[in-house]
Amino acid sequence: MASRKEGTGSSAASSSSTTGAAGKGKGKGGSGDSAVKQVQIDGLVVLKIIKHYQEEGQGTEVVQGVLLGLVVEDRLEITNCFPFPQHTEDDADFDEVQYQMEMMRSLRHVNIDHLHVGWYQSTYYGSFVTRALLDSQFSYQHAIEESVVLIYDPIKTAQGSLSLKAYRLTPKLMEVCKEKDFSPEALKKGNITFEHMFEEVPIVIKNSHLINVLMWELEKKSAVADKHELLSLASSNHLGKTLQLLMDRVDEMSQDIVKYNTYMRNTSKQQQQKHQYQQRRQQENMQRQSRGEPPLPEEDLSKLFKPHQPPARMDSLLIAGSQINTYCQNIKEFTAQNLGKLFMAQALQEYNN
Amino acid sequence: MVLLMFSNSLPSAPRSFSLDKMATPAVPASAPPATPSEAPAAASSPASASAPAPAPASASAPAPSPAPAPAPSPAPASSSDPAAAAATTAAPGQTPASAPAPAQTPAQSLSGPALPGPFPGGRVVRLHPVILASIVDSYERRNEGAARVIGTLLGTVDKHSVEVTNCFSVPHNESEDEVAVDMEFAKNMYELHKKVSPNELILGWYATGHDITEHSVLIHEYYSREAPNPIHLTVDTSLQNGRMSIKAYVSTLMGVPGRTMGVMFTPLTVKYTYYDTERIGVDLIMKTCFSPNRVIGLSSDLQQVGGASARIQDALSTVLQYAEDVLSGKVSADNTVGRFLMSLVNQVPKIVPEDFETMLNSNINDLLMVTYLANLTQSQIALNEKLVNL
Repeated sequence: MASRKEGTGSSAASSSSTTGAAGKGKGKGGSGDSAVKQVQIDGLVVLKIIKHYQEEGQGTEVVQGVLLGLVVEDRLEITNCFPFPQHTEDDADFDEVQYQMEMMRSLRHVNIDHLHVGWYQSTYYGSFVTRALLDSQFSYQHAIEESVVLIYDPIKTAQGSLSLKAYRLTPKLMEVCKEKDFSPEALKKGNITFEHMFEEVPIVIKNSHLINVLMWELEKKSAVADKHELLSLASSNHLGKTLQLLMDRVDEMSQDIVKYNTYMRNTSKQQQQKHQYQQRRQQENMQRQSRGEPPLPEEDLSKLFKPHQPPARMDSLLIAGSQINTYCQNIKEFTAQNLGKLFMAQALQEYNN
Repeated sequence: MVLLMFSNSLPSAPRSFSLDKMATPAVPASAPPATPSEAPAAASSPASASAPAPAPASASAPAPSPAPAPAPSPAPASSSDPAAAAATTAAPGQTPASAPAPAQTPAQSLSGPALPGPFPGGRVVRLHPVILASIVDSYERRNEGAARVIGTLLGTVDKHSVEVTNCFSVPHNESEDEVAVDMEFAKNMYELHKKVSPNELILGWYATGHDITEHSVLIHEYYSREAPNPIHLTVDTSLQNGRMSIKAYVSTLMGVPGRTMGVMFTPLTVKYTYYDTERIGVDLIMKTCFSPNRVIGLSSDLQQVGGASARIQDALSTVLQYAEDVLSGKVSADNTVGRFLMSLVNQVPKIVPEDFETMLNSNINDLLMVTYLANLTQSQIALNEKLVNL
């Protein structure tokens, strides 16, 4: 994409300065720490993402958009964003590229940063670790080293606190994706576990002075919020849904483990059979030699024993592992909050009596 | 880039057309019978009408005594209402609904065929905070030498109000005598935005700066071709009077009938609406006002609960202070406030302690069990990874 190329061109300069500043002196994608230690978001971007989901996202559909900004030292500053239309028609692909190019060209006219630095996506109860996300993020990170994916959780936000997280792929995972080799051996070699797939980058929100003035104005003029969802105790619905999704994932994972075990068993059985066959061959050859007959030709063992196809590990296990991990994290955060609230309610009741 | 150049060839144009303080209804009140014939003519050629219009209108405008706008509205509204009802050629009885608002003028819609009536949807403009943040941001990124920025407002029209939900800035050049706005750009951007949200219509335009200039009139002209009766929003980024005032206007025709008509911007009420999630987002962003380098991080969950309860604590202490003041006689008691306090105290549910203990314990047990399961699952998958990688 032309836009990404020029983004790459300009961010190549910035990323080389980044790596230079970090004192590594290696090229793009060097091993070690990743190039982005912190993500700084403008308040405007947060509001736009919220608005986009609120207006266009229903139910389990995800809404996506592009993040624009620039890289400063080891910080990724996101200064603006624009949403992507939903996938409705079949010719959406071509329109997407063109839409993006047009948008960025137009935004450049009004002095908005037109550097593509990442993308955002909404999620449903925290289930965002999918193959699609991995692929997209890989292509982004491959083109632009510092890109992140922002995951916005609208349901958790509606419960009282903004839930926005930034993720990147670890350099290890980038290596594996580059090879496009997802077999178990390659993964073992790379020593990748689900913990090493995504790394979360801390987010800070920064506003300019003028926006601060605007905030003061709004505070004066708008009504006081009368809903305090954060302190509501009736949030077991959320917990129920998350647990349901967790159970589904665990089921999938157990199925996959069974498959993998079968594969291992089959492979080892095959090895044994090969071994036996070889031994028999040798014995026969020895016998023949003792009788003075020509030895049987060596047959190609691989034709006799076709090796089993190892099951694709990447899709199921790692993502299930990583996704399950995310769910568990969410659950733990949620229970921590609720425990606090329950204890507060208890204190209130004790005082009452 | 197709530019549409407006040249301001007015001989003696007055400085500004934001005549908030002028007796807006007084002038057209005398005009209604003759204006119906003017309305379609004015609608068909808005460009020619308003360009020479301000000159004679300025002569007539200072004539009525400047009374504050809201005050005379009830009287002339009634007189102009029957005329308005008769006057609107395309309005199927929409004017009486919008009569009670301040500064009502008879139905002089600038655009002919589209939405009927003086102002579609009443007199209230609802703004989302994302608009204002966008406007401020584009102001900060303006070109060198540009004093202000303009852009298009998008949103939806409701029966009672107009809701502005999106906006984008449009490049323009402004100098003493001429204004150039990039229309092509505006059209393109609108098309792009339509792909994402097909329900948004062009509602009007915004400008930063604290006053309405003649250029505004001309730009408003253009926008009235795009949308029926566009809104004009001003955001005062120059912080006059130490405040960032946000005002909305709609333009109306005024002037002596039979002569060329002028354009006047009448103010509208601005309200801020939030989606729930937006409210939460704004609350969070507002916290940057308090930190020294305007940076805040996203806090962990327990901290958030702590923050929310601190807020409630503040509210409670205010209430307590009030109660003590009333008791000590400093403040006179107010019955309605007393009733609210009563309902507040009664909202804490009265449960038999044993029942509450049972409920509390069962809830805590549930949560602890779920935490235990989550931890177990996590250790299980970690173990699984280790085993597989052997």
